[in-house]
This record gives sequence, C-alpha cells and structure tokens, in this order.
Amino acid sequence: MDIERLKKISKKARIDILKMVYNASSGHIGGSFSAIDIMVYLYFQKMNYSKDNYDKPDRDRFILSKGHASAALYTCLAYKGIISENELLSFRKINSILQGHPSRKLTPGVETSTGSLGQGLSFANGVAIGLKLKNIPSKVFVMIGDGEINEGQIWEALMSSIRYKLDNLRIILDYNHLQIDGKIEDIKDPRPTKEKFESFGFATFEMDGHDFKEIDKTFTSADKIKKKPVFIIANTIKGKGVSFMENNVDFHGNPPNKEEFEKALMELSNV
Amino acid sequence: MFKKKSSLRAVYGKELVNLGKKYDDIVVLDADLAKSTKTEFFKKEFPERFFDMGISEADMVVTAAGLASVGFKPFCSSFAVFLTGRVYDQIRNSIAYPSWNVKLISTHAGISVGEDGASHQMLEDIAITRVIPKITILSPSDPNMVSNLMEKIYHYESYLYMRLPRNDVYEIYKKDQDFEIGGSYIHKIGKDITIVATGQLVSYSLMAMLELEKEGIDTGVVDMYTLKPLDTKTLDSIIDISKGILVCEEHSLIGGLFGSIAEYVVRNHPLPIESVSVNDTFGESGKVEELFEKYGLSKESIMKKGKILYDRI
Ligand SMILES: Cc1ncc(C[n+]2csc(CCOP(=O)(O)OP(=O)(O)O)c2C)c(N)n1
Ligand SMILES: [Mg+2]
Repeated sequence: MDIERLKKISKKARIDILKMVYNASSGHIGGSFSAIDIMVYLYFQKMNYSKDNYDKPDRDRFILSKGHASAALYTCLAYKGIISENELLSFRKINSILQGHPSRKLTPGVETSTGSLGQGLSFANGVAIGLKLKNIPSKVFVMIGDGEINEGQIWEALMSSIRYKLDNLRIILDYNHLQIDGKIEDIKDPRPTKEKFESFGFATFEMDGHDFKEIDKTFTSADKIKKKPVFIIANTIKGKGVSFMENNVDFHGNPPNKEEFEKALMELSNV
Repeated sequence: MFKKKSSLRAVYGKELVNLGKKYDDIVVLDADLAKSTKTEFFKKEFPERFFDMGISEADMVVTAAGLASVGFKPFCSSFAVFLTGRVYDQIRNSIAYPSWNVKLISTHAGISVGEDGASHQMLEDIAITRVIPKITILSPSDPNMVSNLMEKIYHYESYLYMRLPRNDVYEIYKKDQDFEIGGSYIHKIGKDITIVATGQLVSYSLMAMLELEKEGIDTGVVDMYTLKPLDTKTLDSIIDISKGILVCEEHSLIGGLFGSIAEYVVRNHPLPIESVSVNDTFGESGKVEELFEKYGLSKESIMKKGKILYDRI
C-alpha cells in the first residue's frame, strides 16, 4: 500500500470539498472531513471498483448512509473518473448532477439516494443479502454517522445484519462525537459504544479513521471474519484537517466565509 | 346478484407462489404478518427467498430496495396502515426517489379490517401514497382481477403500491377477464350518472346501479382499479356521456379517488361530483357490514348519494 499516494488524494479531496462548499455557499464540511480518509482508502485501495466496473454486478459497493457528506463522495467518484472533475464546482447548483444529497438517478456511481438519515444500512443489508443469494463474492461497505444512530431504523437494521450473518458487510461508524445540536453524548449517549455492537453479535473493531495504516490493518483483519457482519468504530475528528473547524459544531452544515475559506485553504495546502 | 365471496389476500398469496415457481428472481419480505398477508404460502414453498424482517417495516422496505439493486424483484407486505403511513419517508426517499423496483402490497386496507379498530384500519393510504412522484397504485375489486394482475405486476418495471382488504369480497369478473395496469373496467357509462368505484365498493356500486336504474336514473359503473396513473381516457368518455360522477371508495374523502377525480375534472370539464367515502374521521371496532352502514359505505349510501347527484344535474 502506497500511503503517500492515499495521503495526496485525501489532501486534494479536502481542498476540493472546501472549494465546493464555499462555491455553493452551502454543504457539510465537518462530516465530509471526518469521513474522507476512510472513503479514500476504500475507493483507492480496498474496493474492486473502477470506471470499468462501477455498473457491473461484481463490483464492491460503498453506501454513504450519512448522505450529507455527499461532497466527499463526489470527489472520490471524480478522481475515479466516473464523473468529471469539472463537474465538482456545480455541486448544489441548479441543473447539476451533483445534488446536495446523493441522488442515484442523477449521479453515476451513487449506489442509492441517501440524505434521510437512518436508511442506508437497511439498503446495504438488502444488497448484501442479494449478493449472497446470487453467489457474488463482492463486499458492501456502508458508512453511518454517530448522530445517525439515534434513528430507530438503524437498530432494526443492525438486527437484520446479524440475523442474515452478513459477513460480506462492513459497517463503518464515523465516530466524530458531534451531530447538529451538539455533542452526541449530550443528546443520546451511545456509550458503552463498542460493547453495544459487540453484544449484538458483530465482529467489532476500533480504529483511527485518519491513519491509513490502521485503516488498512482493520479492513484486512475484517476480511478474515466468517459468518458474522463486521462493525468498525472509526475514531474521527469532525472537520479534520483545518484547525478551527476541528471538533467545531459550527462547521457541520455552515459554509465558511471568505476569510475562513482562505485560511482553511492555506492550512490544507500546507500539509 | 353476486353469489360467491372470496379472499383477495389469499389469491395474492397463491399467485406469489405461482410467480415463485416461474421466476427465480422474485423475493418476498414481510414484517411478522405473513399469516395475515398470506405471504406465508410463499414462505412455505420458497424459504430461501422469503425474508421475515420482524416488526420493522422501515427496515423491510429499504432492505427490499437493496435487493432490487442487485436485480431481484421484491414484494413487501404488511397491513396498509404500517406499509404506508409508518414508512412514508422510506418509500419516498429510499424507493421512489432512487427509483427502485419494489412492489408494496398491503392487506387490511380500509375500514373493513373490522374488530381491530381504528389503529389498524387505514383510510388514508391512497392520499399519502398518491402524492409520491410517479408511483403506481392499484386497488383491485375482485379475486380474478388480483389473479390476472399479479403476473403483470411482476413484469411491471417500477415501484407500485397495491391495497387489498382483509375481508372476503364478491366475485365480479370471469376467470379469463384481462386487466391492464393503468386501466379501468367499464361496466357501463350512464347517460345520467356514472359511479366510479374502486376496491370492494365496486360490487356495492353495481348493486346500487340496478336499483337506481329501476328508479329511472340512467346509471353506469366504472371499476377504477388503477388509482394512479388515473385513466383519464375513460374519465373523458364518462364526462362526454354522463352529467355527473359519483365516486365510491373505502377511504377518507380527503385525498383519495374522489380527490384525484375532482382534481382532473375541475381542471378540464367541470361536472358535478359527489362521493361515497369516509368522513374526515377515524373508524372503530365492529363488523364489516356494521361499519359500512355506520360510515356510509353501504349500497344504500351509494343509492342515496346517487339520487342527490341526480338532483344536482
Ligand atoms: C431523518 C433525518 N433527520 C434529520 C436530518 C438532518 N440532519 C442532517 S445531518 C444531521 C446530523 C448528523 O449527525 P451525524 O450522523 O453525527 O453526522 P456527522 O457528524 O458525521 O456529520 C441531521 C440531524 C436528516 N438528514 N435526516
Ligand atoms: Mg457525528
């Protein structure tokens, strides 16, 4: 694994996400920055997914259940050559194929439309069950938010993942400890978090969601698990990469102003 | 006038098995109501293609979307109240917006659920599904119609909602009668009034028609088994010939077939319209006949409204 290459892609992606959100005067930087390193690892290291097979049955699939991190997804699809990089700046603009939240009908490479939180895991389960029925050995990766797990449907779906022994499924929790109204611990505290998912019956892993070496180690170990779905708690930082955005709830869904944009751009360019 | 009564959900269950024998890409999901929705027949025959998702309707319909994305043709069933109201957002955002080919087949639609009462009766499902862009909605009236439509539903390449009642209903059509998704069945277009009915109110409308004709009102009946897209061609013929329309449905008077027809007619060719539907209210426990009587869905209610309409034209 070429870590420097992945780091370069992440750096470029963070800069593009920043520009996209600034350009659109709207969008979600915080949750995109917490998720992007894992997504870059999946799209550019782990998954069997390319311009040539993105619509073929045997591809691996990434489902972004926390659809508000759409900007992060679009950068990955662009660098994969599935959508054009020029398209990125049309993000959230009228007539664009890049909607505020992922739209399967409009954007090639988007597995399903998400945005209404709590539903992507059920979809991923359906895909994983279907792949098993068809004896297709592809993997399904689904990313959920730590605020998103407030939704009851997530817990319905977790029980389904276990019930159908979906060992072709990897659930990734973007554990950045923030949702819109504040700290997740102040709203519906999920702790003891790891124990919860373990007790459900998942093969549960924890990793630093910004460290490619650890990410790789975790996903490689996950491949050895049989007869159980995998649940990965990714310890992440919301807004990761820009000092004043990190752990700052104000940058969940608010775009930066000009000054903030320039400062952020400088910080991201200088790593 | 009608002799035999039978169960539409039993026909649904049987036809699922027939489809399962013919096509190996059909999968069936239920939410702990397989015995009532009759998907249990399929479960027995094809356990590896049947998924009891438990009492998790939201999880069920979105799992179905995932299965559709891998090329399966999922049929999901539960009671109408749970399969539409409880999961409106899931249908909207995870099935319709991404356009997944999921079939939602409810049973226990309407007030004819009976003794279980208002929590289980569903008089709003047409209203809340009808506003979902490009959804197709069916409301069959008769067992042979359900039987005939099932193969077409299987081949239909879009998301679709079909509502079936709990109780047994009269057989209206012959076995070899053919029906198309998108169509309606014209029994007769009346020179005075035409009753446009859906679901089990079609049989009562046909009975009421005979009585109204005896009283000198030239009455027709159209079975509007496709609720969306609306069969406007047939409606245009009715508008051409009849002087008034009486809409009959086992649904709230808000947002159902009455609303749908009124929206079309006022915009194109104003014509008096009356409806036999349930007032803006919840139902209650009781026997089907008692409920139909109390909530104004009986043959007598149809005749009464038919006469009121006749006086207006
Ligand atoms: C069903 C639903 N309710 C509310 C929202 C509005 N919303 C968008 S993002 C968000 C917070 C998500 O928090 P989290 O899952 O922790 O995401 P992250 O921190 O990774 O951005 C909310 C409430 C939504 N998109 N869907
Ligand atoms: Mg969060």
